[in-house]
Amino acid sequence: MPAPKARGAWTNWSEPGGNRNSTPSYAYLERIMKRLLSVYAWLVFAFLYLPIVVIVALSFNKSRYGVSWTGFTLEWYSRLFANERVLEYLGNTLVVATVSTTVSTIIGTLLAVGLVRYRFRLQNGLRYLLYTTVVVPDIVMGISLLLLFAEVRSLIGWPRLSLLTIILGHISFQIAYVTLVVRARLMLLDPALEEAALDLGANNWRTFREVTLPLISPGVVSGALLAFSLSLDDFVVTFFTSGSGSTTLPLYIYSAVKLGVSPEIHALSTLMVGATILVLVLGVLFWRNRG
Amino acid sequence: MRESRGGSERLRLAWITVGPGAFWLLLFVLIPTLLMFVASLLSRGDFGTLSLPLGLRNYLRFFSDPVYLEIIGLSVWIGFWSTLLTIVLGYPLAFYIAGSKRKQVLLLMVIIPFFTNFLIRVYAWIVILQKEGLVNAFITAFGLPPADLFPSTFAVYLASVYTYLPFFVLPLYAAVERIDWSLLEAAYDLGAPPVRAFWEAIFPQTVPGLFAGFLLTFIPAVGTFVISDLLGGGKVVLIGNLIQQQFTSAQNWAFGSAVSMILMALVLLGLWLYARTQGERGMDQLV
Amino acid sequence: MEGTLFRGRRERRLGENVAVRLEGLTKRFGEATAVAGVSLEIRDGEFFSLLGPSGCGKTTLLRMIAGFEEPDSGRILIGGKDMVGVPPYRRPVNTVFQNYALFPHMTVAGNIAFGLRMKRMPKPEIEQRIAWALELINLPGYENRRTDQLSGGQRQRVALARALVNEPEVLLLDEPLSALDLKLRQELRVELMNLQERLGITFIFVTHDQEEALVMSDRIAVMNRGQVEQIGATEEVYEWPRTPFVARFIGDSNLIPATATEPRRVHTSLGEFVLDEEDALTLGQKVLLSIRPEKIRLFRDRPNLPNAFRAKVDDIIYTGSENQYRLLAGDTCLMCDTLNQDIQEPGHEEFAYDEEVWVVLPPEKLVVIENSEAKNA
Ligand SMILES: Nc1ncnc2c1ncn2[C@@H]1O[C@H](COP(=O)(O)OP(=O)(O)OP(=O)(O)O)[C@@H](O)[C@H]1O
Ligand SMILES: [Mg+2]
Repeated sequence: MPAPKARGAWTNWSEPGGNRNSTPSYAYLERIMKRLLSVYAWLVFAFLYLPIVVIVALSFNKSRYGVSWTGFTLEWYSRLFANERVLEYLGNTLVVATVSTTVSTIIGTLLAVGLVRYRFRLQNGLRYLLYTTVVVPDIVMGISLLLLFAEVRSLIGWPRLSLLTIILGHISFQIAYVTLVVRARLMLLDPALEEAALDLGANNWRTFREVTLPLISPGVVSGALLAFSLSLDDFVVTFFTSGSGSTTLPLYIYSAVKLGVSPEIHALSTLMVGATILVLVLGVLFWRNRG
Repeated sequence: MRESRGGSERLRLAWITVGPGAFWLLLFVLIPTLLMFVASLLSRGDFGTLSLPLGLRNYLRFFSDPVYLEIIGLSVWIGFWSTLLTIVLGYPLAFYIAGSKRKQVLLLMVIIPFFTNFLIRVYAWIVILQKEGLVNAFITAFGLPPADLFPSTFAVYLASVYTYLPFFVLPLYAAVERIDWSLLEAAYDLGAPPVRAFWEAIFPQTVPGLFAGFLLTFIPAVGTFVISDLLGGGKVVLIGNLIQQQFTSAQNWAFGSAVSMILMALVLLGLWLYARTQGERGMDQLV
Repeated sequence: MEGTLFRGRRERRLGENVAVRLEGLTKRFGEATAVAGVSLEIRDGEFFSLLGPSGCGKTTLLRMIAGFEEPDSGRILIGGKDMVGVPPYRRPVNTVFQNYALFPHMTVAGNIAFGLRMKRMPKPEIEQRIAWALELINLPGYENRRTDQLSGGQRQRVALARALVNEPEVLLLDEPLSALDLKLRQELRVELMNLQERLGITFIFVTHDQEEALVMSDRIAVMNRGQVEQIGATEEVYEWPRTPFVARFIGDSNLIPATATEPRRVHTSLGEFVLDEEDALTLGQKVLLSIRPEKIRLFRDRPNLPNAFRAKVDDIIYTGSENQYRLLAGDTCLMCDTLNQDIQEPGHEEFAYDEEVWVVLPPEKLVVIENSEAKNA
């Protein structure tokens, strides 16, 4: 009996196989299955994109209410840009995302290096704390931070709920993601490379600067991007750690949605979806160019 | 003495690298959680603050009142069924992407909704399901009476599935990519018909990814309050909504903390079960 | 360790100074002891090999010299200075790693320049040294190649150059040739030997390939289970194994258990044998006699030589240049290699299957080894 031949992937199924003498041929059935699968998959994709398409379309619709198309307009966009508060919220969102991403990327990268390269007590505890931080529902994190800030404030009169507390909260969940992403990359790195640098006379800092960091930089960049988008996206932790004057875009959308559907929100959503796609596509192109 | 010389250098480096992160997690994750635990043992004071005495009052209240038990039951119920629906939609999709010639593009098509703002994704369903929404516009165009789709439990299910589908597909895709397809041929060779062959040769290989995807969908679905809040319109109260109410309108932080502890215990139980079946590597797969 | 030192195949002048001195070096990983009390001295300019089976602690020993592992006890002296507690980047040694460990984000020149940059050498001088190093390893003009555009052999050379430009007192090489194919390995062996002789740098060379060690080294330390079983010049280790392990691990050996009946006479299952002048045993002492297959002589007619006995040809393996006979005497099995010379004189005959032959174990070729295994049993 011939040994079963390795198959690359699902697509290969429909190719006529000369090696099937002894195995029953299901090529016909496979073809049907493949067709069905493809139809099903595209229906799921339609499900994934229907809401996004609807929002984008309605943001250009003249009619304020309902979904019937009454003509093209950019009115909702101009109203959005005329709304100075929205710009302020956008600014807040970006400040929070930038600052928190910077801090969490540095701390998380260092933590990943320490976790992979050194043995110390409580190491497993720390690792499980990271997993837990990633998995535990954000509402638990949000209210526990709220409790912390409230208690500390009642003791020393600081901090007020503000952009600062939001940033502190975001860093707290970003660290775990950055650490785990960078750690995955570090574990692929041959430790002999760092040893070679030490061997050639580079001290620990220069070894890190000249060998470790350049080689894990894809992981660091991925971690930072993930952290950045998590910050932009976060509603729940922000909700519990924000005060008056520290509204971010997700908070604004939430309160606006509570009041009801409006075309300005369609427009804002469309812009945010556009920005997401732009960043992702640029990111993909960037990685592809770097190999 | 010599150990301490070589060892202290490593110890210093370990401190420099691990120190800041460990300190941060201690200060902003561990201590707040302990604080939450302490708060859950306190009572509601004047003006919604926390006050003594200590006790298990809040937990007793939760577990003795059927209303709360129903809430937790409903959370798990909705979480479970929306996860199951997600699997039904996402499992074949992962296979399709892995087998496609343009998998990079298709993968990007899953990642785009994944990175699209969560509130926008939820909001879009309001636009579709509301009384003057897309679905009703479609139905009424055929002369049928408009359906009452929003706010409703159905809407909560739909938006949950929609929101968490990418969370499920991505880890599962990683597992499907690694499948050893030769086992399928081996199963054919041994006389198994296609469905049986798939079930015995391919499905087991996807189980780790399936577990990870399940957890990544189920846990946030159980813990959500935004989806139920926006699409349930106050009709659907989940454990997340209960917590949020205690910290906002009800101003009972002590009870809210207790409910949070219960939610966290539930999640950690799930995580513990997962770690037992999947081990350390499974934990890494979660990210 | 006196006169017989440095009897190696090459006439070599070696420095009088000790380059590396290890004293009772021990390293444990949890329960397991990787290196157990190793003491040895390596001279200036010596090509010194650490030879032993997989897992015997060669790499661990080398890593302790380089400074990547801290010993649990014992001392390491390099050029007379105690190295314990000194970080790797301050030790006057460089390492050639088994899998090269070239920096993938740097060019060939970048890799070679790395150590010099760390020493803050001026740029023009670095350029000069890179050119010199590339000349040395026969890869001139490869400065701007990326390391993934090199073949295995070229990578190995670059790794060598990267270490050598720093002019270390001692170069540590951890199985540098094991990832290469046979032909390349043999080429690089010669290159490495020439390079070492030209530069006069002390090499500590780790290998599990006995042939490699025999061909290249001045001296060899044979390791087993974290301990050094024997240290000596290549010939010495081959000709005069001191433990059963060394006898078996280096080349093939016939080991025959024996009991002393006189200071120079032993009793074995094959009969009574006389030994060489040098050996003096105490009565009743249990030993092992070791003899290399190529040292055994075979005759058709009874020769007038000591230590002769009869055996049957059990199997013949023809390898081209040699005939390898498996001989059976009673239930003792011996291996014997004879050169395939196509002459039929006494001592050079060819034999057939099942033929009865006379076997001679020349007394001067019999090596007496303490039977450590019998004691343990
Ligand atoms: N970092 C480590 N942790 C635990 N055990 C180790 C470690 N490094 C080595 N060992 C153990 O120490 C022993 C010696 O290992 P070492 O790598 O020195 O052997 P080796 O002689 O170089 O073998 P090889 O020829 O296979 O490279 C082995 O049993 C190995 O399992
Ligand atoms: Mg080794």
